[in-house]
Amino acid sequence: MRLTCPLCGDRDRREFTYYGAEDYLHRPAAEAPLADWDGYLHLRDNPAGETRDLWYHEAGCAQWLLVSRNTVTHAISKVELVAERKA
Amino acid sequence: MRYSGLKVFTEGLFGNKGWRPAWRDPAPKAEYDAVIIGGGGHGLSTAYYLAKNHGLTNIAVLEKGYLGGGNVGRNTTIVRANYFLPGNSEFYSHSLKLWEGLEADLNYNVMHSQRGLINLFHSDGQRDAFARRGNAMINQGDDAVLLDRDGVREMLPYLDFDQTRFPIYGGLLHPRGGTARHDAVAWGYARGADRRGVDLIQNCEVTGIDIQNGRVTGVQTTRGAIRAGKVGMVVAGRSGQVAAMAGMRLPVESHILQAFVTEGLKPVIDHVISFGMGHFYISQSDKGGLVFGGDLDFYTSYAQRGNLPMVEHVMEAGMTLMPMIGRARVLRSWGGIMDMTPDGSPIIDKTPVEGLFVDCGWNYGGFKAVPASGWCMAHLMATGESHAVARRFTLNRFLTGHLLDEEGTGSQHNLH
Ligand SMILES: Cc1cc2nc3c(=O)[nH]c(=O)nc-3n(C[C@H](O)[C@H](O)[C@H](O)COP(=O)(O)OP(=O)(O)OC[C@H]3O[C@@H](n4cnc5c(N)ncnc54)[C@H](O)[C@@H]3O)c2cc1C
Ligand SMILES: [Zn+2]
Repeated sequence: MRLTCPLCGDRDRREFTYYGAEDYLHRPAAEAPLADWDGYLHLRDNPAGETRDLWYHEAGCAQWLLVSRNTVTHAISKVELVAERKA
Repeated sequence: MRYSGLKVFTEGLFGNKGWRPAWRDPAPKAEYDAVIIGGGGHGLSTAYYLAKNHGLTNIAVLEKGYLGGGNVGRNTTIVRANYFLPGNSEFYSHSLKLWEGLEADLNYNVMHSQRGLINLFHSDGQRDAFARRGNAMINQGDDAVLLDRDGVREMLPYLDFDQTRFPIYGGLLHPRGGTARHDAVAWGYARGADRRGVDLIQNCEVTGIDIQNGRVTGVQTTRGAIRAGKVGMVVAGRSGQVAAMAGMRLPVESHILQAFVTEGLKPVIDHVISFGMGHFYISQSDKGGLVFGGDLDFYTSYAQRGNLPMVEHVMEAGMTLMPMIGRARVLRSWGGIMDMTPDGSPIIDKTPVEGLFVDCGWNYGGFKAVPASGWCMAHLMATGESHAVARRFTLNRFLTGHLLDEEGTGSQHNLH
């Protein structure tokens, strides 16, 4: 498996560290209800098919990446910089 | 038909013409008292104990493929009771006791082999943690022996005791740990359930869960609608999809775990060896193949096949620990879809939908749990109450903070 980092180009999977689902981008406010925190930390859609999740380009540019990929075929359709997405 | 040594002998004399299929192949009925979704180890053992312990026999197991085609036939067959946390400890202890009587109970040879499991440690700190774990195991009534370096060397002389990356300080021996024949466990429970009247329905995928006024009324399947007042979701890596049919979002992510087997060799590894620091474990099957594996590929997947970096990592770890296996040729590798929870512990509980129950979150260790999980899930479905040894496997423990993080690795699905 290879990922195409927007900054570094096409790179080996071993350069990246997986974190988890896109849910981690939507951190609730500190005073949000417990259920929101449960959803953020624990509950997952866990799709068989298209998903979006967070990878860290550890051995490259050290950027967080939002990767669109298919959990059944392992095909990767899009890689975005989290930093640019938020801006 | 009862199986026995005499039966094998006499069948051999008469050309093995008397064997019959081990279970029926019934068409689904329109209604059952209870249905279990998923014909893996846990679904089959649930059905077996519902019939045996609770007298519920008008029930069906609905399996989308064939019985035992999921993780129950893909795992590396380690059976152990070396847990530390209250909640896990009594559950796996109960399971191991059921394993010890399983063959007699099922009249089926599951080839349960208590060959001893050794968890290696590589530092003073790790030794202290393992000593503490061993004491917890003994307090639970199970067995544990702390081995020093010489003790390990006596049992496992072929390990590389000179390597300096993870020098071997000793190991925690769990003498009653071991392995079993994975398919046979599925088949034995299937046959036992069938003989008590349970319908095992294969090629029957559940595609919807019917709910009326907050109560489950049945399921939709590829072989028609089936009514039932009680439904158990026991689908391991597919738990997310099946729960979504009931409008639920589970604390589960599905990840891929790979395993490997070599060509058959003469007996060379007599125990199960776990090299946690290197993410590697190994045993030798009765057929002679070295069966080994490592960690998750770490990203969510439903592919049932893994990627090469983890293959390389596992091979490296194996060579670090025991260079003698370097010449063995790997025959096959495969992957299974693991239902990972944020604390690494399972769920056996009711759901917010009345009559709908869930048994999932087995992570990479659900094979050894097959007997106790079925026992406790059957208890829950029959009585509406959690069994004493599964009381802490609640669905909402993540919300309330009652996590069971055995490894202390934190609230992230792929870290357990
Ligand atoms: C490589 C590997 C190594 C492992 N090693 C060990 C080990 O050494 N020790 C240990 O204790 N555990 C181990 N495990 C874990 C263990 O195998 C699993 O935790 C356990 O088998 C899961 O429960 P199960 O047997 O019920 O799952 P499965 O056998 O996967 O059963 C689930 C069933 O549900 C069916 N299903 C899914 N969706 C539907 C639907 N919609 N309708 C109908 N049916 C459906 C599936 O087809 C499947 O047959 C390992 C797993 C893997 C992959
Ligand atoms: Zn990069």
